[in-house]
Amino acid sequence: MQFMLLFSRQGKLRLQKWYVAHPDKAKKKITRELITTILARKPKMSSFLEWRDLKIVYKRYASLYFCCAIDQEDNELLTLEVIHRYVELLDKYFGSVCELDIIFNFEKAYFMLDELVVGGEVCETSKKNVLKAIAAQDLLQEHIP
Amino acid sequence: MPAVRGDGMRGLAVFISDIRNCKSKENEVKRINKELANIRSKFKGDKTLDGYQKKKYVCKLLFIFLLGHDIDFGHMEAVNLLSSNKYTEKQIGYLFISVLVNTNSDLIKLIVQNIKNDLNSRNPVHVNLALQCIANIGSKEMAEAFGHDIPKLLVSGETMDVVKQSAALCLLRLFRTNPDIIPGGEWTSRIIHLLNDQHLGVVTAASSLIEALVKLNPDEYKGCVSLAVSRLSRIITASYTDLQDYTYYFVPAPWLSVKLLRLLQHYPPPEDPGVRGRLNECLDAILNKAQEPPKSKKVQHSNAKNAVLFEAISIIIHSDSEAALLVRACNQLGQFLSHRETNLRYLALETMCLLATSEFSHEAVKKHQETVINSLKTERDVSVRQRAVDLLYAMCDRTNAEQIVHEMLNYLESADYSIREEMVLKVAILAEKYAGDYTWYVDVILNLIRIAGDYVSEEVWYRVIQIVVNREDVQGYAAKTVFEALQAPACHENMVKVGGYILGEFGNLIAGDKRSAPQVQFQLLHSKYHLCSASTRALLLTTYIKFINLFPEIKTEIQNILKCDSNLRCSDAELQQRASEYLHLSLVTSTDVLATVLEEMPPFAEKESSILAVLKKKSGRMSAQEAHKEARAAGGAGGAAAAVAAGAVKNSTNDKNAKNSSADLFGISTPPVNSQNNSSSNTGVLVDVLGDLYSSSNNSSMPSVATNGTNSASPATLTSGVTDNIKKFVCKNNGVLYENDIIQIGVKSEFRQNLGRIGVFYGNKTSMPLQGFLPSVSISSADSGRVSVQVKPVESTIEAGAQVQQFVNCECIDHFEDLPEMLVCFTYGSVPQRLSLKLPLSINKFFEPTDMNGESFFARWKNLSSPSQESQQIFKTTCPMESGSIRTKVMGFGMQILEGIDPNPENFVCAGILHTRTQQIGCLMRLEPNRQAQMYRLTIRASKDGTAKILCNLLSQQF
Repeated sequence: MQFMLLFSRQGKLRLQKWYVAHPDKAKKKITRELITTILARKPKMSSFLEWRDLKIVYKRYASLYFCCAIDQEDNELLTLEVIHRYVELLDKYFGSVCELDIIFNFEKAYFMLDELVVGGEVCETSKKNVLKAIAAQDLLQEHIP
Repeated sequence: MPAVRGDGMRGLAVFISDIRNCKSKENEVKRINKELANIRSKFKGDKTLDGYQKKKYVCKLLFIFLLGHDIDFGHMEAVNLLSSNKYTEKQIGYLFISVLVNTNSDLIKLIVQNIKNDLNSRNPVHVNLALQCIANIGSKEMAEAFGHDIPKLLVSGETMDVVKQSAALCLLRLFRTNPDIIPGGEWTSRIIHLLNDQHLGVVTAASSLIEALVKLNPDEYKGCVSLAVSRLSRIITASYTDLQDYTYYFVPAPWLSVKLLRLLQHYPPPEDPGVRGRLNECLDAILNKAQEPPKSKKVQHSNAKNAVLFEAISIIIHSDSEAALLVRACNQLGQFLSHRETNLRYLALETMCLLATSEFSHEAVKKHQETVINSLKTERDVSVRQRAVDLLYAMCDRTNAEQIVHEMLNYLESADYSIREEMVLKVAILAEKYAGDYTWYVDVILNLIRIAGDYVSEEVWYRVIQIVVNREDVQGYAAKTVFEALQAPACHENMVKVGGYILGEFGNLIAGDKRSAPQVQFQLLHSKYHLCSASTRALLLTTYIKFINLFPEIKTEIQNILKCDSNLRCSDAELQQRASEYLHLSLVTSTDVLATVLEEMPPFAEKESSILAVLKKKSGRMSAQEAHKEARAAGGAGGAAAAVAAGAVKNSTNDKNAKNSSADLFGISTPPVNSQNNSSSNTGVLVDVLGDLYSSSNNSSMPSVATNGTNSASPATLTSGVTDNIKKFVCKNNGVLYENDIIQIGVKSEFRQNLGRIGVFYGNKTSMPLQGFLPSVSISSADSGRVSVQVKPVESTIEAGAQVQQFVNCECIDHFEDLPEMLVCFTYGSVPQRLSLKLPLSINKFFEPTDMNGESFFARWKNLSSPSQESQQIFKTTCPMESGSIRTKVMGFGMQILEGIDPNPENFVCAGILHTRTQQIGCLMRLEPNRQAQMYRLTIRASKDGTAKILCNLLSQQF
């Protein structure tokens, strides 16, 4: 996976995670372009589109769009499920997650993603194990080592 | 304000609320600037901030960055947080760094030190944090700093599973920045054996790493094949309860399955019959499961299951050996074509394109033609319709071409603008490729222009003209049809162009009919003249002069047109020039001369349609597919084109005329064509009507592979385009030596005294690896012992898109004449390729420029007076005599240009010393350009017998 973007229906970026280095300017341009393209698509359309030399996989959950850019040989359907697993994790952690949770606890959303995907590759697919890791982090926050 | 989890930062939450409450963008910016000023003053203030405050401010900066504002401070404070002993502070520090720090930041050294400390921590949570950070921003420096420790961490028995997972992917990131960091030897097997790990999370992470390693070095990691197959087999046969939390919506370990299937696609089907059997069983089982009723109605279940299925189909296509599996895969995809999920329809169409290129499944794909045509008509999503177009294109063959082209033309009328151009190209290619009857082809192209004229690129209409010119049997029909098409009240300018050209050439074939008598033809064309752009008018003027030749009865009428002020005094120089030249041509020449000048166009030499090249350029995806197809079909499908070729070859001696006359007819301003190209290669530089003259693309951009009619039994030798490039290297050291659709070969060389080093760069332009890559260099027998070359070995595989470099060390022992032969062999797809090239190593590379005054030059010149020491050539130029470019070439040749010695400033006088191992050869040169005669006289004298002649031959070819 080359990058993941979370943005709202109003086109506001909520989270960005880049696994391939780009200059800030390029990142902004890519983000703008993709947000416009995806928001213009209708609900019944396919979740995949070709964009430059990458494949874009996106899905909408309530007011948030999750959008991943993957390489040509990567599996589109499974990328949809990476997104879903991430949503499940957020849901479990925040207790039926909403956009506001992600706005106010964006750092948590990052930490959770870092457990699921590392360096652009799926690292741990077990929901239990990820939540265990996050719980261990929270525990450390409460007790000073 | 929702509850803040964990160890919340109240100040941050308040700030976020403030921002959200801002009524306008201006307010928001104001609030942010206020906050930035506040943070800046805190960071600069005298009071030392405690960890919590630093964390809070760094977090605010992060939030501001996420809102889209630039952040140019706070990096140092974030790095400070890394060494905090409070986990939450450390974590925020790492987050800031992975989101905001560039890999080339000055702070990298500090960061690296902090990461090092955390990697050595006893707390696995800290170690993981450090590993994730490397995996996120891993740079070359980090590869150096951690390349040693991380592999150890990965395979050590003491490392915790969760750390191993991060370590594997961290190593993957470092490997991507620097492939050398992976230790070889015993490490290979230890890494491979991670596939056997108990913990599925570890296997999942490790398989991504192993896939990347395999891509670069399949042989070294061969051992992973059987391990991957048995792991896969265990997953596929497991019940969904066996794998506990690694089962995802009733699908056992879908991520791991997909990764293993991907890994196996880097190898041919396993040789070991046991392993191969087991793999096929897995694939069978996956296909069987697709037919079972779903275990859940949730889309997650079907997505995960089908993700594995598509990956399995992908490996089946990749092996292309099991006919039964291919056909089953095709049937499965056929079901998906009418599935209610848009995503599945999309993927099925896309994947079927690949199946259509396999001889085993091509027929099976064709069975779904009606469904695909239906998708084209009814699908509501344009990206899905685009896939349907791709598939129709891929499944097209002689039997269904008429129907598919018909349907595509129908669809074109209502097609989305975004895909029209590509569709036009595809229709044009299919119509040409599968034309049994060329009248059909002409009809299709004219229809294209009628329906989507704006999207018909130059290549398309050049091509139809080329084919009509080459095929006598269709010329009359073409003339009649364009004549009719032009009668439409509003016809597209491209139609006028085609009409103008074809009537100019073949209007006489329909002139017998009263309805299309010469005068009618002329008036019809001229009625469009004033509506057209300058380039079309230029073309029409040429048609008019051809008409004067074909139909003397309308000569006066045409002369009147040429004479009129709007042409003869046209503000467009090109039009004015044509009008006046054509007018005078018609006034002063006899009919015989006119007939000779305006003789019918000779056939164009044949090569692959340039439309295909355009299509390939248009989309990378296409080129992958085409490459796939070409590797398989190996030119077998190009029957129609071959037939044209046969017709064209008989007149290949006319190539030169074709080139010159088309240059004349279409662009007086175009530069003269290098006639040397013509005599030296039969491939023909200009093949498309004027295409190459207008565009700067040389023939290397045209795919030469397909036209070679390769088959896997006899390796293809591809040499077109070579001669030109190698010649240029006499006077330069760097550049592209050779290029086709598969490979680009570049050269960078340096020479000192009698030694030299040539760096040869081989770039794989395709999406498949080039295997069995073996370049070799040989010296002609005449030159053996005079020059020595030592070729460094190079890896046998060039990955897709990768470039490898090879060094050739060389030494000049004595003067030598021929360029060393270079043979590059490799396998692309399954087709062996041979490129027979020359190594750009000529004797003049060993020149050392020598300065001297006129007196000593003349003294030495006189000394070298024996006939074997001198060589002189007088030759005609083949390129423009422009003194700047002559100077560049002479300088590139390696001798010193001596100024002020020759009384004629146009002439060049040079001196240099050739270094060989045995001796130094003094050389003097004089080059006299004669602009009037367009000729040169080149005289070289050298102290060693015979050297002058070699040098003279080399340099004279440059002009």
